[in-house]
Amino acid sequence: MKHRYLPMTSQDEKDMLETIGVQSIDELFSDIPEKVRFKGEYNIKPAKSESALTKELAQLAGKNADSVRYASFLGAGVYDHYKPIIVDHVISRSEFYTAYTPYQPEISQGELQAIFEFQTMIAELTGMDIANSSMYDGGTALAEAGMLAAGQTRRKKILVSRAVHPESRDVVRTYALGQSIDVVEIPLKDGRTDIDALKEMIDENTATVMVQYPNFFGQVENLKEIEPIVHEAGALFTVSSNPLALGALTPPGKFGADITVGDAQPFGIPEAFGGPHCGYFAVTQKLMREVPGRLVGETTDDEGRRGFVLTLQAREQHIRRDKATSNICSNQALNALAASVAMTALGKEGTKEIAVQNITKTHYMKQQLKKSGFEIAFDGAHFNEIAVKLGSSVKELNAALFEKGMIGGYDLGLSYDELQGHMLIAVTEQRSKEEIDAFVQEIDAFVRETEASHA
Amino acid sequence: MHKDNQPLIFEMTKQGRVGYSLPELDVPEVDLTELLGQELVREEFAELPEVSELDIMRHYTALSKRNHGVDSGFYPLGSCTMKYNPKINESVARYSGFANIHPLQEESTVQGAMELMYDLQEHLKEITGMDEVTLQPAAGAHGEWTGLMMIRAFHEANGDFNRTKVIVPDSAHGTNPASATVAGFETVTVKSNEHGLVDLEDLKRVVGDDTAALMLTNPNTLGLFEEDILEMASIIHKVGGKLYYDGANLNAVMSKARPGDMGFDVVHLNLHKTFTGPHGGGGPGSGPVGVQADLIPYLPKPILVKTDEGYTFDYDRPESIGRVKPFYGNFGINVRAYTYIRTMGPDGLKKVTEYAVLNANYMMRRLAPHFDLPYDRHCKHEFVLSGRRQKKLGVRTLDMAKRLLDFGYHPPTIYFPLNVEEGMMIEPTETESKETLDDFIDAMIQIAREVEENPEIVQNAPHTTVINRLDETKAARKPVLRYQKPTDSE
Repeated sequence: MKHRYLPMTSQDEKDMLETIGVQSIDELFSDIPEKVRFKGEYNIKPAKSESALTKELAQLAGKNADSVRYASFLGAGVYDHYKPIIVDHVISRSEFYTAYTPYQPEISQGELQAIFEFQTMIAELTGMDIANSSMYDGGTALAEAGMLAAGQTRRKKILVSRAVHPESRDVVRTYALGQSIDVVEIPLKDGRTDIDALKEMIDENTATVMVQYPNFFGQVENLKEIEPIVHEAGALFTVSSNPLALGALTPPGKFGADITVGDAQPFGIPEAFGGPHCGYFAVTQKLMREVPGRLVGETTDDEGRRGFVLTLQAREQHIRRDKATSNICSNQALNALAASVAMTALGKEGTKEIAVQNITKTHYMKQQLKKSGFEIAFDGAHFNEIAVKLGSSVKELNAALFEKGMIGGYDLGLSYDELQGHMLIAVTEQRSKEEIDAFVQEIDAFVRETEASHA
Repeated sequence: MHKDNQPLIFEMTKQGRVGYSLPELDVPEVDLTELLGQELVREEFAELPEVSELDIMRHYTALSKRNHGVDSGFYPLGSCTMKYNPKINESVARYSGFANIHPLQEESTVQGAMELMYDLQEHLKEITGMDEVTLQPAAGAHGEWTGLMMIRAFHEANGDFNRTKVIVPDSAHGTNPASATVAGFETVTVKSNEHGLVDLEDLKRVVGDDTAALMLTNPNTLGLFEEDILEMASIIHKVGGKLYYDGANLNAVMSKARPGDMGFDVVHLNLHKTFTGPHGGGGPGSGPVGVQADLIPYLPKPILVKTDEGYTFDYDRPESIGRVKPFYGNFGINVRAYTYIRTMGPDGLKKVTEYAVLNANYMMRRLAPHFDLPYDRHCKHEFVLSGRRQKKLGVRTLDMAKRLLDFGYHPPTIYFPLNVEEGMMIEPTETESKETLDDFIDAMIQIAREVEENPEIVQNAPHTTVINRLDETKAARKPVLRYQKPTDSE
């Protein structure tokens, strides 16, 4: 069978074998010992034509309920936000997506400049001095922050708030295991980091304190109060932050964060079943040379023209090998480009407007829930999520909501024993008043029905 | 190509312009200060651009023209497998049922996605000859670290806490030793012999009861198949160590030799290399890890399970190393890789490897008279030339690489692996035609001639790019890593 990606003709093959001086392609594999040689073909599905395959895969995709057909109230770290259509048009330019890492700056100025702009935008939003060119995701970025802090302070303990995303905490623990670092969790108090407990727990072995802002429950942590506690103990202050929220919230840099990490998924990147998203990593000037991953810097050529290059590479694995600041090589460049385009489209005003819409609509949801008699688990300021006490099965409620064309919230009982029967509801700018009203009405009806059947 | 700078997007800003379209707020406004308190309300806007949608499109179009991708031209960058990125992959990954689904949705609403992941795992198991596969790691280096963490867990579960060393060849990718460090191991280097292969005597010297694993790329970074692989496996296994396969070069051996059959215990794959998930200018990638049966308990959790009622994620994995990434890996890249495998089928994947190796050997033989070929034997998917002959004439490999830019090519990987002087590592891939290879070979031969007759043209290259060679020392000495808005006084 002929393949459209393989241009070789039988005449080409013959000519090339002759040039090489062998009789057959098989001869080129004669260095593979007989004992390990694979005979025949893989036992995998046969090739399909373009049309047949797209049809099959479209049907497979059709088995999934997507946030275009369903109104989604599910967040918990991944959000259905406005994705400016222009984003996909930019990242579909194949000069970007079919390029490798820009190691040859003369023919990679486009990518390098785009990353330099990304670094600037992230630094601006987070209020940090500098940002790198991206990490895999928010969870691994947080874990890398822990590694950086442990290396920098030569201490072996990480304090992480229980209000940090549970899966991110899991990733921090796995990385810490490799470095024999202890990870200790700071308890919650009313849905936020328990600051009194933090004061008790922090000591001279603490490398860093990690909090999330806004936190996993959508609550806004009191960074101002936490910062001096961390720094007095000589630890680094790590803040994991949804960058979209920073359009409206005072950025972590203003509160003295040493490291701010997170995921830029809310800026133009599809949910894609959890990845690829786009981790970011921002630090103070002081930590510049400790940063993991690639950095793009500005310089000039011999004629004085401005240009961009990968710089401070002495930190990286391909130069420093076992002494590198991290093992990261591939990052999320294309998604960093997507996030850049989305941040550019939203711009100075739009980033604020979209963040304010999230806060406002979540506040509206909260009021409507309260009006229907629901108990909001944690009061105070919310960004785009609220935890509500249902007293009934979240799974069953989600099944009922699904019937009505809605994707319900996250079952907090899955990660927090004390929060069985609590749902974490996300409200982004994408949800209309009508959808919010319908959602409240449905969960109200469901809970009443459940209560009636138990009565 | 004109040589004017493309302004930064920040320099195009004009107050009052917008590039977005948000819905009108349809719920009552709130007073942010009242709600959050003064301290939490951002005082100064982030200095993001203020531009129209057309401004944005023109800006990024201009940037794209200053960038070289596989679709722009030949990209023989060794070790990176810069093959064609099929367009069907891009279309399929954008199907709404794949792009717009949430990782924490009820499993019953994402069965199609889980089916795809499961079937991809099944395909990768067959391709690698391993017993189980996880799709969680986000990239190759992430897969390396994941695999090493599993090896560590395996040894510790056996009460074996003294296996502190990971052995890597001197020709290994930099990620290998770096991943070993992150996983808490010490790196020991094993030398290559005069044939460019791992020196068995040296390997025997460095192994011991403190050996946790040997990491190998096969074929290695010189593009040479490690013929003694079974003996190496036996040396490592005899001392109780594990054998790790760096899958960066899998494109060279598909349907020819499987890591599982060579004695490897753990394998990572780079789906963005062999399986055409695009490189994206540096990522995202995807780095699934395959293991033999004895390492299955340590796989990252959750693992994907097929039951009579459908697919489900199993979190009840007491011996698992834990999570290595939130959610289930870079699903979007996995969709692309799956689409590619299904497009090629078993006969296609076999041809991929055969033509990748044919192309590399053809180029190697045609270029050999003009450059030094340190290891003269059949190569696999790539080969390494040395520019030491040219260096004697005052022209470095870096200069020749830059000169290739004038011919419209991306140069080979240079100065790697470290054991070749003035190395040029060339990987053509199977998707390039003989005509493309011939044109590139002609350019290389011309450059070799220029080195002898007119070295300045090579030493001062490139001449046709949007920018000349950049001052990298300046970039590192006084790092400027972001744009700063000029203050009024400037």
